[in-house]
Amino acid sequence: MDKHALVQKFPRSPDVLLALLHALQRANPQNYLTPADLQLAAEHLGLPLSRVRDAVTFYTMFSLRPRGRHILRVCASPNCHLAGAWSVLDELKQVLDVEVGETTPDGLFTLELTSCLGACGVAPVMMVDEEVFGNLTPERVREIISRIRREG
Amino acid sequence: MKRLSVLLCSGSACQSSGALAVKQALVEGIAAHGLSEEVQVVETGCMGPCELGPVLLVYPDGVYYVRVKPGDVQEIVSEHFLKGRPVQRLLWTAPAPEPRSIPFFARQRKIVLANCGQIDPERIEEYIAVGGYEALAKALTEMTPDQVIAEIARSGLRGRGGAGFPTGKKWQAVREAQGNPKYVICNADEGDPGAFMDRAILEGDPHSVLEGMAIAAYAVGAEKGYIYVRAEYPLAVKRLEVALAQARKMGLLGPRIFDTAFSFDVELRMGAGAFVCGEETALIASIEGKRGEPRPRPPYPATSGLFGKPTLINNVETFANVRHILLQGASWFSQVGTETSKGTKVFALAGQVKNTGLVEVPMGITLRELIFEVGGGVPAGRELKAVQIGGPSGGCLPAALLDVPIDYESLKQYGAIMGSGGVIVLDNTSCMVNVAKFFLEFTADESCGKCVPCRVGLRLMLSILEKLVRGEGEETDLVRLEELGRLIQSSALCGLGQTAPNPVLSTLRYFREEYLAHIRDKACPAGVCPDLLHYVIDPDLCRACDLCRRACPTGAISGTPKTPPYRILQEKCIRCGACFEACPFGAVLKRPGRKG
Repeated sequence: MDKHALVQKFPRSPDVLLALLHALQRANPQNYLTPADLQLAAEHLGLPLSRVRDAVTFYTMFSLRPRGRHILRVCASPNCHLAGAWSVLDELKQVLDVEVGETTPDGLFTLELTSCLGACGVAPVMMVDEEVFGNLTPERVREIISRIRREG
Repeated sequence: MKRLSVLLCSGSACQSSGALAVKQALVEGIAAHGLSEEVQVVETGCMGPCELGPVLLVYPDGVYYVRVKPGDVQEIVSEHFLKGRPVQRLLWTAPAPEPRSIPFFARQRKIVLANCGQIDPERIEEYIAVGGYEALAKALTEMTPDQVIAEIARSGLRGRGGAGFPTGKKWQAVREAQGNPKYVICNADEGDPGAFMDRAILEGDPHSVLEGMAIAAYAVGAEKGYIYVRAEYPLAVKRLEVALAQARKMGLLGPRIFDTAFSFDVELRMGAGAFVCGEETALIASIEGKRGEPRPRPPYPATSGLFGKPTLINNVETFANVRHILLQGASWFSQVGTETSKGTKVFALAGQVKNTGLVEVPMGITLRELIFEVGGGVPAGRELKAVQIGGPSGGCLPAALLDVPIDYESLKQYGAIMGSGGVIVLDNTSCMVNVAKFFLEFTADESCGKCVPCRVGLRLMLSILEKLVRGEGEETDLVRLEELGRLIQSSALCGLGQTAPNPVLSTLRYFREEYLAHIRDKACPAGVCPDLLHYVIDPDLCRACDLCRRACPTGAISGTPKTPPYRILQEKCIRCGACFEACPFGAVLKRPGRKG
């Protein structure tokens, strides 16, 4: 969707800033906010650009750098830690050949850590975009990645 | 009425273990056997025993199926639904007309979670059928706002978000506050690692939260509410959106509810990944579209909150209690619990305990009852060492304190807090220094950086703990940790900082010997801290299979296949644990202390 049309769907009220930023970020296939996006948000809500940047840089889910089409968020909280999240993370690093915070050269995946996803009963857990995957093992991680690779 | 109702848990945890594929198979299987008229499949919220998912509960038989795969469905349909013979191999326990006979449920008292796992959260009709919105109707048509507040105050309900502030008192403060408009906010920014009861309520019974908010709004005189929910909970967001649309359509939200003068509507706001936003003033800043940084109180939100107006802010579980109090009365509610802590509390059990998942128990139950009766105890061969309760703001209690009753005051007295209700059971394979360090890493990382005690103090504490786990600590470090901890407790700006030292202080209080072992003996008794342990191969157990030698990244293992034992060359070993993981016979052993 055209970004200008997208922005028009939001009321011109400064308190919708986070929702607007989420929408703009999602509209970008590379899952990040461009300088033009920030400008657009600032103009629409009548805020100084500095105020928009101020908010963007505070929240971990916003990125000012291009990311992959899919964001992998591995839960790094204690329950997942105790259940072996690190071996899952090691497997992901190996399969994708990236470190945490990096994007694969094909632009398909960005590997991130997240605080608790609240699915501790099936730890270790990760989120792929909006979908939760639990009871992860290195094998299951490989399957998930190859499935997404096939689907693109 | 259908002959059989199949309740399929479709909470996040069960979805992640394949519940939706099971549903698909059920619907197809039921249709293929021509049973669509007789058997209905209902997607419900969380039933509690997440690690056994996907979970099915078949009524009226009360048959519980666990770990169901799509491939099992055919058998369930043809044997059970068609012929009335439950599939034994998939049963949790023997069939029971009442799930209460399963020990996991027997000691639970479900008030807040009563509907979770019993109704379809995406159908408002099911909520209404079990008495939903009756409490709102009663409040609006039979009670004055003051009577509502009096009832809540009399019930003894206290905030379930962690601090335990009396709910009635808070409502009263907002009612009395000068200023218009007033707002009601539901804090659904559940972020404590290991706590997921708010998520379960939002996913499993979203209307109970909306109804609680509407009643609160009527009581304090607000017409607008906000739910601030984590962006990490997309399913909860979706279920709330559905619930809001349905409630509006039925006139249960919006103008002139139940033909009274009371109007109320709710807007959803999503976070963007910041733990500190669970703190009320930070949350308010975030709803306003700003950085989620806390500010000093007073003024409290009750007098100056959202957009500078009087604001009531309660958490999900608190709101979910409200309707039950109005319908069944304050005296009924206050019969459950202890002198100062009334009602129930939902806990998320995790760690080394047989039954993990969500449980709701009366306040005042002891840790022992919670872990051994509801949780089924620690797995065979393990020994309970400590209980971490209250998440990163909470503390670690030793096994000797298992008989402490769980209420706000008792937990605080022993250095833990109720927090949001995460309970992690730790056994002898957990190093308490490492556990404390882990939680401190979390809070140091999530510190918003606005105040110095939290931003700098937590980093200082963390650097001392890092020294300890490397074996470079001195005994004076422990004194320093305690000094810093108390300083931060008394001087940090918000609840995040004020409670962040708790995991360190409580482990220092109860597990000082373990800290001292890291310092004096340069040993990690639990065998966790890699710098303070070494590996050896037990010659009696070694089968000379060569797997450890191949797994070793530094060539630190020598031996010849089929001629045991193998040996570890300590000077080459980097203690990565690869051999420990690789050995199929348990012959690689961890030994506390540096290479011996």
